[in-house]
Amino acid sequence: MSTWLGMPPFPEAAREALGDSQLRANLRAATGTIRAKRAAVVAERDDWEQLREAGRAIKDRALHDLDTYLVQLEHRVTEAGGVVHWARDADEANGIVAGLVRAAGASEVVKVKSMATQEIGLNEALAAAGITALETDLAELIVQLGHDRPSHILVPAIHRNRAQIRDLFRREMPGVDPELTDDPVALAAAARAHLRRAFLSARVAVSGANFAVAETGALVVVESEGNGRMCLTLPEVLISVVGIEKVIPTAADLAVMLQLLPRSATGERMNPYTSVWRGTTPGDGPREFHLVLLDNGRTTALADDIGREALRCIRCSACLNVCPVYERVGGHAYGSVYPGPIGAILTPQLRGPDPVADSLPYASTLCGACLDVCPVKIDIPRALVHLRGKVTHPPRERAIMRAAAWVLGSSSRFAAVRRVTALGTRLACWLPGPWRRWTQARDLPAPAEESFREWWDGRA
Amino acid sequence: MRVGLFLTCLNDTLFPAAGKAVVQVLERLGHEVVFPRAQTCCGQAHFNTGYRRECGPLARKFVRDFAGLDHVVSPSASCVAMVRENYRDLVGESPPVYEFTEFLVDVLGVTDVGAAFPHRVAYHPTCHGLRLLDLGDRPTTLLRAVRGLRLIDLPDAKHCCGFGGTFALKNADTSVAMGTDKARAVLGTGAEVLAAVDNSCLMHIGGLLTRWRSGTRVLHVAEILAGT
Ligand code: SF4
Repeated sequence: MSTWLGMPPFPEAAREALGDSQLRANLRAATGTIRAKRAAVVAERDDWEQLREAGRAIKDRALHDLDTYLVQLEHRVTEAGGVVHWARDADEANGIVAGLVRAAGASEVVKVKSMATQEIGLNEALAAAGITALETDLAELIVQLGHDRPSHILVPAIHRNRAQIRDLFRREMPGVDPELTDDPVALAAAARAHLRRAFLSARVAVSGANFAVAETGALVVVESEGNGRMCLTLPEVLISVVGIEKVIPTAADLAVMLQLLPRSATGERMNPYTSVWRGTTPGDGPREFHLVLLDNGRTTALADDIGREALRCIRCSACLNVCPVYERVGGHAYGSVYPGPIGAILTPQLRGPDPVADSLPYASTLCGACLDVCPVKIDIPRALVHLRGKVTHPPRERAIMRAAAWVLGSSSRFAAVRRVTALGTRLACWLPGPWRRWTQARDLPAPAEESFREWWDGRA
Repeated sequence: MRVGLFLTCLNDTLFPAAGKAVVQVLERLGHEVVFPRAQTCCGQAHFNTGYRRECGPLARKFVRDFAGLDHVVSPSASCVAMVRENYRDLVGESPPVYEFTEFLVDVLGVTDVGAAFPHRVAYHPTCHGLRLLDLGDRPTTLLRAVRGLRLIDLPDAKHCCGFGGTFALKNADTSVAMGTDKARAVLGTGAEVLAAVDNSCLMHIGGLLTRWRSGTRVLHVAEILAGT
C-alpha cells in the first residue's frame, strides 16, 4: 500500500493538526452536519439493527468463501465480455492499468472517485508513465487541484471550507471566472464546466466499485453527483480497480447493502446515482471493460481472525464522522488514504509494520462510538486492542508495563508502591518522562490523607 | 446481602473516597460488604495497551481474589467492562461483577438511596459505562432522587472526554484537546460539581478544571449518593 512519505507517527501529526484552528472549525461543522443527518435517517428504520446484522452476515459469508466467489465473479465478468486481471500489489495493479491505457492509445483518463486507486497511488504511477488522470468527483477534484491529500473517505476535501475552495478554483482552474463566489451552486457550475470538456474527449475511464456481485458479474458504483455515471458510460474503455473484499455473493445481497450504505454515508435514504453494469453491451457504453482485482495486503488481513473484520468495511465513513479523535485532528494525521477508526485498523494490516502504522492502533480512546454506527458491525475497538498487541512496543514502555504487572501481581508489592505514590504525585510536576505529558496541561489529584485500607482497618 | 467490593488499583492509590462511599451506601441499605485484601488490579491498562500476556496473571489473580462471592461491586464502569467483556476469553470464566449504580438499580432494585446533596450537578456518561455496560439512565435516576440536588444537562454529554487510558499519555495533545472541549462544556452549564462513574475520566477532566482554577469540582457518583 502506498505510504505518504515523510509523515510522522500519529501523535506528532495530530499535534500539528490541532494547532490549525480553521481545520478544527471546518471539521466540527462538517462532521456535525453529517452525524445529524445520519442519525435522522437511521432512526426512521425500526429494523436498522436487523439490517446491520444482515450486512455483517453477507460480508462474512463473502469473506469466508472468498476464493469461490472471486472465481465465480471472474467467470461471470468474462462471459459478459469483460477481461479480468489479478493484481497482487499496488505495483502490479498500476502496471496493468498503465498498460491498458497505453494499449488504448490514450494519454488522458477520467476517474470515478475510488479508494482503491488512491490506495495504490494510481494517479502518480500514471503520471510517471506520461498519462494524465483527471479526478471527476468534486471533492476529489478539489484535492487534486490543490496538490493536496484526501482527508476523508467520502468527502476527501472535508478539511476545506467554501471560501478556501473558491480561492483554489480561482487560482488553479484554467479559464474560471475571476469573480467566482463561494456559493455552492456557483462552485459546482465552475467544476461542471471544467469537467465537461474532459468527459466528452476522454477515451478511457478508471473507476473502483462499491460492490461486485459474484452471482451475476455485476459491478456497482454508488455516487451523488452523476460524474461517475458520465465516466462509466461515455468513454470507449472502462478499467475498474476493485479490492477483492468488495465481492458479495448474490444480487439479493445488494438490496441489503444499498439500504445500509447511503444512510450511513451521506445520511440519505438513497443516493442519487447507482450505476450497475456487467461486462460490455454492444452499442451501449464502453466497448472494452477490464476488471483489476486487487489484493495488496487483503489476504494477509484475511488470515487474522480478528483483523479480518476490517475487510467487511463498505467505506461509508460513518465511523470517521462520529470519531472524537478524527473530529479534532482530521484525516491527514493518519498518514494514509484510510483515515479515522477504519484507517487505524486497516492501514497497519495492509501496510505492515512501520512507525506510522504502529502508531495508528493507539489513535483511539476506545470510546466505542465507531462500533455503534458501523453498518456492518465491525468491532473496531476490539480490533484496535488486538492490533496493539501485535506492534513492537517501545523498550521503555515495555519495561514500565512489565514492572507494573509485577507490582500488581502481589498486594504487598502494590501496597509498598502505593505508599510512595502519595509522594510521587506531589513531585510529578517536576518529574521527567511520560508523566510530564500528563502534567503539562492537567493537574494530578492531591493524594488522600487516609488510604482506603487504613480507613477499612480502622472501623470496628 | 453479602457483597464483595472491587476497589480498583486507581481508586486504591488515588481515590479512596469512592470506595468508602460504596461501603457507606451499601451498609446504609443494610448489606454486608467484604473487602478481599489481596485484590489489586483487573489488568485493563495492560490489556488495552496491547500487553495481553502480562494481563493474564492479573486476571487469574482477580478470579482467585474474588472467588466465592456471588456479587462483586465496583465504582469503575471501565474495570467492570474489562472483566465482563474479556475475562471469559482470557481466563475462561467471567466473575459476577457489577458497576455500582447498575448493582443498586438492577440487583437491589433501589433508586433512592436516601442521600442529600444540595448542589448543581452535571453528569458525564463515561464511554465504557455508556456503550459497554449500557448503564443508560441508571446513574441519573439515582442522582435525581438525591434531596437538594439539581441535575443540569451537559451539552454533548455522550462525547468522549479524551482520557482513554494510555491514550492520555501516548496522545497527550489530542487527549487534552478533547478534555478541553468537555471541561468547557461543563463550565458552560454553571454546575458546581461534575459527576461520573469512572474516576479515571474524572481525573482527566478534573485535572483540567483545577489547572484552570475553575472552582468546579469532580466527584464520583458514589460520593454524592453517600452524602446525607
Ligand atoms: S468501518 Fe464501518 S463505519 Fe467505518 S467506513 Fe467501514 S463500514 Fe463505514
